[in-house]
Amino acid sequence: MDIELRHIHKYFGPVHANDDISLTIPSGTIFGLLGENGAGKSTLMKILSGYYHPDAGEILIDGKPVELQFPADAIRHGIGMLHQDPLDFPPLRVLDDFMVGYPKGLTLPRTEARQALRTISEQFGFTLDPDAYVGSLTVGERQQLEIARLLWLGAQVLIFDEPTTGISAQQKENLFAALHRLAKEGKTVIFVTHKLEEVNQLCDRVAVLRAGKLVGEMGPPYDLDGLVRMMFGKVVTKGERMVTPLGKTVLQIKNLALEDARLRIEGVDLEVHEGEVIGLAGMEGSGQRHLLRACAGLERPVEGKIWLDGHDMTGKGYHDFLRRGVAYVPAARLEEALVPTLTLLEHFILAGEQRGLVIDRQAALEHTRERIETFNIRGLPHSTVESLSGGNQQRALLALLRPGLRLILMEHPTRGLDLESAIWVWHNLKRRCREERTAIFFMSSDLEEILHYSDRILVFFSGQVSDPIPATETNIEELGQLIGGRGFEPIAEVQP
Amino acid sequence: MSSHDIIIGLAGVLFAAAPVVFATVGETLTERAGIINLSVNGTILLAAMASFAVAVSMHSIWLGFAMGVLVGAAVALLVAFSSISLKQSQVAVGFVLTLMTRDLAYFLGNPYMGLQGPRVQSLPIPGLSKIPVIGVLFFNQDPLTYLSFILIGVAWWWVFHTRPGLTLQAIGERPEAAYARGAPVNKLRYIYAAVGGALVGLAGPTYSLSVKAGWKGTISGLDGIGWIALALTIFGGWDPVRGAIGAYFFALLQWLGLVLQPYLPNVPSQVLQVAPFPLMILTLLLVNIGNAEWVDRTLAGLPPDARRTIRKILRWMQVVPPASLGVPFEEE
Repeated sequence: MDIELRHIHKYFGPVHANDDISLTIPSGTIFGLLGENGAGKSTLMKILSGYYHPDAGEILIDGKPVELQFPADAIRHGIGMLHQDPLDFPPLRVLDDFMVGYPKGLTLPRTEARQALRTISEQFGFTLDPDAYVGSLTVGERQQLEIARLLWLGAQVLIFDEPTTGISAQQKENLFAALHRLAKEGKTVIFVTHKLEEVNQLCDRVAVLRAGKLVGEMGPPYDLDGLVRMMFGKVVTKGERMVTPLGKTVLQIKNLALEDARLRIEGVDLEVHEGEVIGLAGMEGSGQRHLLRACAGLERPVEGKIWLDGHDMTGKGYHDFLRRGVAYVPAARLEEALVPTLTLLEHFILAGEQRGLVIDRQAALEHTRERIETFNIRGLPHSTVESLSGGNQQRALLALLRPGLRLILMEHPTRGLDLESAIWVWHNLKRRCREERTAIFFMSSDLEEILHYSDRILVFFSGQVSDPIPATETNIEELGQLIGGRGFEPIAEVQP
Repeated sequence: MSSHDIIIGLAGVLFAAAPVVFATVGETLTERAGIINLSVNGTILLAAMASFAVAVSMHSIWLGFAMGVLVGAAVALLVAFSSISLKQSQVAVGFVLTLMTRDLAYFLGNPYMGLQGPRVQSLPIPGLSKIPVIGVLFFNQDPLTYLSFILIGVAWWWVFHTRPGLTLQAIGERPEAAYARGAPVNKLRYIYAAVGGALVGLAGPTYSLSVKAGWKGTISGLDGIGWIALALTIFGGWDPVRGAIGAYFFALLQWLGLVLQPYLPNVPSQVLQVAPFPLMILTLLLVNIGNAEWVDRTLAGLPPDARRTIRKILRWMQVVPPASLGVPFEEE
């Protein structure tokens, strides 16, 4: 099916998220939609899948205008979307999830669904266990489930919103093969991304969005520098790798074992030095988060020891770690790190030294102003944190960390940030390493980020942990293979 | 006490549990859709009073039951409307409604206090009721008790084995995902609120026209049942069968309170009457203890075998609420 978007406008309050966008997307191709975070790509695709309603403009399918009031309408017209964060049901089993949204009948078509899931999986080389729980799948498998489901419902147009976030190199290859196959079958594939190399690798044509506007289209061979200029309106670079001289040991971990109902991590041995950055690579849920949490006293190890600056911290709680200069920055900024509805000023009061009964508003205000200035936060002392953009929330979080910390633990320091904010965040973190001798321990699903900013890297694969790998001695491909399990012992031996 | 007496007593437990089953299953359906209807306690009282009044003055037990169902659905729709359409807190609205409907029941029920009213007759099922033990327990009851048995099965089948039931799970779990798959989330939430509310309402006349026939105002002994039904919904892990088991457990505790009284002369009778309530709360605590962080910490210090066994048991007992329970969903 050919898709045509004509003069689409969408406002969110004062923000003009889509500004007069017109696009023609022919069937049988992989059409790329490129742009930075917040450029309006997802909004446009949600309009096409009936999730949002445009404020102006029209959508034509095969030349005929259609009204997509609800997602149900889009599904009826054969348009399906894989959302960036897979919109599925973790507590359900794969087969049940597969059937949610099936349009007819009173009883569940279990046999038929099982059959369809198997057939589609075989066609595309997917490995999906119909009786596993969705929550136990990797992001890549959850995408496969969504693809299979949309095909079962007869989707002719498939929209992929940033599908390569959080999946392994191997899974990415499988995904790209599936996309090629879909296009060859005559389906319309729309591929939304902010990564140039993916466009280069995959797309038959690409349209670039910036700040809600369509800035241009391009076909292969791609002029990559031209695409960068279109995306950012200027040239942006990450800067050189910085090497910080290391000092004495801050954190020492010996033979550590952690455990929850699903996963066991054991035999972790590590020494982290002053000024050192350690990156934890691995697919989501492979155990990185457990190790970070254990190093902050948020989780108690079942075996092994942890020392901080020579003090035995094993089994101690978060507040003891905090007193020894450890800070923890979780990924869920608004849920776990900041207090929604409180203002920046109130956050700085909370994070500051607690003295006396009455708040010295004047001093707090001055302090907040100084921090906002230093950390380049776009917001006022009286702005609530939820009104800030993701990048500014992250800046605020860094501004809240007191100076002179020994160890900073971070989950996904730059997730969801635009490139400029991401670079700024790392600039700030590296400065702490250099000037305050702070060690940093972070997890990320962005291998480039890990490679670029870490001194050493630990790779996690379903609870197994590699020896520390110096970042200068490895590359993206090798890391990609490692997080996919190459080089690790097989998890479970299948008995014949 | 002879074994015959015990069987008769247990049959009485099944009979007395019927209204609690109605309310629990009803609330389970509503909460599965993502709506908390906290008004259950007051709703049961108001429905009991109103249906008794209607049955007495219209001389129709049927109209009485219809009234009870209507009251339940109406109160639930108020909760749904204020939360879905007016974006108000379900907890606050439900709480105010539970107090208001209770006081309304006592106030409006004054003229009907102590009147003689109609009562549902028991209906032994020919043939089946003659089977030893089972016949007495399951086939020599009144129609409402039969209905409660059927309801448990139907609700369970509906939630876990039908397509609309799967959609019901979906809208309570992740409404945005259900919406993306074409489910009219808020419309369905209204429907399940009304259906669940109607079942809660049905508990009212089941008391006032059967289990505890009549209306005696504040001493009707119905106050508190609704809170138990709310607790049972959680204890049952939002599963109609587990919830119903809880309801029978509660009725059993109440019966034991009565039966044991002669054997425990030193214990004041009030203690035995009240005991089922704290016991229910204790059970709830046990069921959900695995969620607590300190339990996790304590477990980490235990030897491996004990740790794993306890984890398994806790995980088996643990119940997970529908993730979007009480969270309003805005389409678009």
